[in-house]
Amino acid sequence: MKKNLLISISMTLATTVLLGILYPLVVTLLAQWAFPRQANGEIIHLGGKMVGSSLIGQPFTSAGYFHSRPSAAGAAGYDPDASSGGASNLGPTNSALITRVNGDVQRLQAENPGARIPVDLVTSSGSGLDPHVSPAATEFQIARVARERGMSEADVRALVARHTEGRQWGFLGEPRVNVLELNLELDAVRPLH
Amino acid sequence: MTANGWLQIFLFLLVTFALAKPAGLFMTRVFAREKTFLDPLLRPFERLLYKLTGVDEKREMRWTEYAIAMLLFSGVSMTLLYVIERVQQWLPWNPQKLAAVPTDLAFNTAASFTTNTNWQAYTPEVTMSYFTQMAGLAYHNFTSAAVGIAMAVAIIRGIARREQDTIGNFWVDLTRAILWVLLPVCLVVAMIFVSQGMIQNLRPYTTTQLLDAQTVTTTGTDGKTTTQVVKEQVIPQGPAASQEAIKIFGTNGGGFFYANSSHPYENPTPLTNFLQLVLIFAIPSGLTYTLGRMTGSQRHGWAVWGAMAALFLAAVVSVYSAESRGNPLLHGVDQRASGAQSGGNMEGKEVRFGIANTALYATVTTDASCGAVNGMHDSFTPLGGMIPLINIMLGEVVFGGVGSGLYGMIVFVILSVFIAGLMVGRTPEYLGKKIEAYDVKMAMLSVLIFPLVILTFTAISVVEKSFGTPSISNPGPHGLSQILYAYTSATGNNGSAFGGFNGNTLWYNTTIGFATLFGRFFAVIPILAIAGSLAKKKYVPESAGTFPVTTPLFTVLLVSVVLIVSALTFFPALSLGPILEHLMMHAGKVF
Repeated sequence: MKKNLLISISMTLATTVLLGILYPLVVTLLAQWAFPRQANGEIIHLGGKMVGSSLIGQPFTSAGYFHSRPSAAGAAGYDPDASSGGASNLGPTNSALITRVNGDVQRLQAENPGARIPVDLVTSSGSGLDPHVSPAATEFQIARVARERGMSEADVRALVARHTEGRQWGFLGEPRVNVLELNLELDAVRPLH
Repeated sequence: MTANGWLQIFLFLLVTFALAKPAGLFMTRVFAREKTFLDPLLRPFERLLYKLTGVDEKREMRWTEYAIAMLLFSGVSMTLLYVIERVQQWLPWNPQKLAAVPTDLAFNTAASFTTNTNWQAYTPEVTMSYFTQMAGLAYHNFTSAAVGIAMAVAIIRGIARREQDTIGNFWVDLTRAILWVLLPVCLVVAMIFVSQGMIQNLRPYTTTQLLDAQTVTTTGTDGKTTTQVVKEQVIPQGPAASQEAIKIFGTNGGGFFYANSSHPYENPTPLTNFLQLVLIFAIPSGLTYTLGRMTGSQRHGWAVWGAMAALFLAAVVSVYSAESRGNPLLHGVDQRASGAQSGGNMEGKEVRFGIANTALYATVTTDASCGAVNGMHDSFTPLGGMIPLINIMLGEVVFGGVGSGLYGMIVFVILSVFIAGLMVGRTPEYLGKKIEAYDVKMAMLSVLIFPLVILTFTAISVVEKSFGTPSISNPGPHGLSQILYAYTSATGNNGSAFGGFNGNTLWYNTTIGFATLFGRFFAVIPILAIAGSLAKKKYVPESAGTFPVTTPLFTVLLVSVVLIVSALTFFPALSLGPILEHLMMHAGKVF
């Protein structure tokens, strides 16, 4: 009993140094050497400023931008440091969910009458930081963005196509569009103001 | 449901099947102390560790000493984690200057990580320093998994050995599980994860500008409205990939970020998602092969694997079809799958994973006692959320946790041969060992702890109005599901949650902390007792009256026993929670 207690203490300390300190530091060194951009969060630099991360979504409300999905992360949405996390965690029969979706549906129907609204455009993601929307969700918004930017729908659609990722290796995951990268390119091609 | 969705699901099962033999064979060699290709590299480390800690690697232990060593190690390392959480403000690698973790939350987290549960009542980004995540939480991801593997190996030895008093040396099994199995794979996997975009650094959080500044008007509790302009985004950083590798491979599930594997930094691409799924099942599936190999009955190992695979398939088909159908209460919304969207119930799910991968992940993570999530189970449809809950209620034996899945399933195997023995009126035998009253009593004890803890705590919490029900965030039958899920997840050492539920209160931190400890240790001690008892027994040759444990008939019996035990226990609670909610949802009722 006493022998095993002493081993427990020394084993805990020895393995803490190995697994809790050496292992993550070795991985950090290797990662910073081999994949520095990925290991530091794929930050996008533009004109000397950091304008976001390719992996972290941002909120968009201006009519000239493609909009992201609703987000429950922080007051404005898409806050990666929100203290209560980023998911709505609303259950399927919660009236708060149904009211929120109905409100968004009414707003979007006014914008694009007659079209059915892609489900990802009115549902929030689990992380609250989803950088993507579905190709259906960008198609729904092309008319609005083209009008606001004074571009032809065909030009905007071509831009969207360039930012549409298929399934990884042809079969993993789902097709998607990175909203921040698409909007950054829109600004480069035809600035809003 | 789409053809591509099914393709991804069946490809995953195929890879799991293909990995079972190599993984199982490797673990057999590691724990039988035979030569492996890693020996030249790892033996010096192993010897050094024994020298530093005073372990005699030739010494064998009886089951009682094995259990005591395991409890002492768990107790000491749990205490260290508690202390680290309480003093993290004075420790290095805390660039955000995070304060000490409050006592009840620190206890809950320490218990939860020591037991391989990884229930998280905290938001890591604003609670845990990099040091606490690395040396406290990720550390326990390794050791709790290694302890689980050691327990599984001990009971396999108990079955395999004849007329012996001992079942191995806990310290040696622990060390070899860490050095040979967990650490090498994690080093490689962490680097693959980083290459896909998972972060790994020790930097302070990054502040970036928003492209489209947001004006937000909020109404405070005093009725005043305030308008603020949000121009920036603060993006948390940290050593995520190194923790993620062991979180998954050790079926731990505790996220580096609050959003767990739905967070783009914790699961950036469909490839990392697929790799995570494969790694969750790799050890539990491989251990069934180890069971067959070490006991000399390979077909028994596959019969157990078959029972697990059948239960897995039934669950994934159910979740995928429930989530694909979407939410009937949403009107004017297109929830059909097409080439341009995955459709279905997308609340709480990521576009890059869609319905198929989220349904698959939810099934895998609750079949194994992992608890990582890539979508929010709280926002699943009632039936889609019920299946993960049932998976945990089955006792975490469908592949199950690392080690704990196999030893949990062996309990059901013993019950199955006991029931078969009753039917034919003979003393039951299991792989040449007579199963007697003592063994069956211990097996029943291990099985009964589980519903006792879950249902008792749930019953108190759902009727208690001051500290019980206020934590519910979704009203109606869903509220019962939230509390039931919390205690089931804790006692099953899973760690996933119906995340809207507020577990960070004195009552829930304390009781959930104890539920994780009861679920782990009260269940495993009777199993070690069985290991000790079986090791002592004489070998009885197979006879015409022996019920074979290698046939499809046995697989069917095993599946039935697993289902019947949990159905009888939990059906009343399920009918008042998710089943009732499903019926009311289709009647158009909103809460």
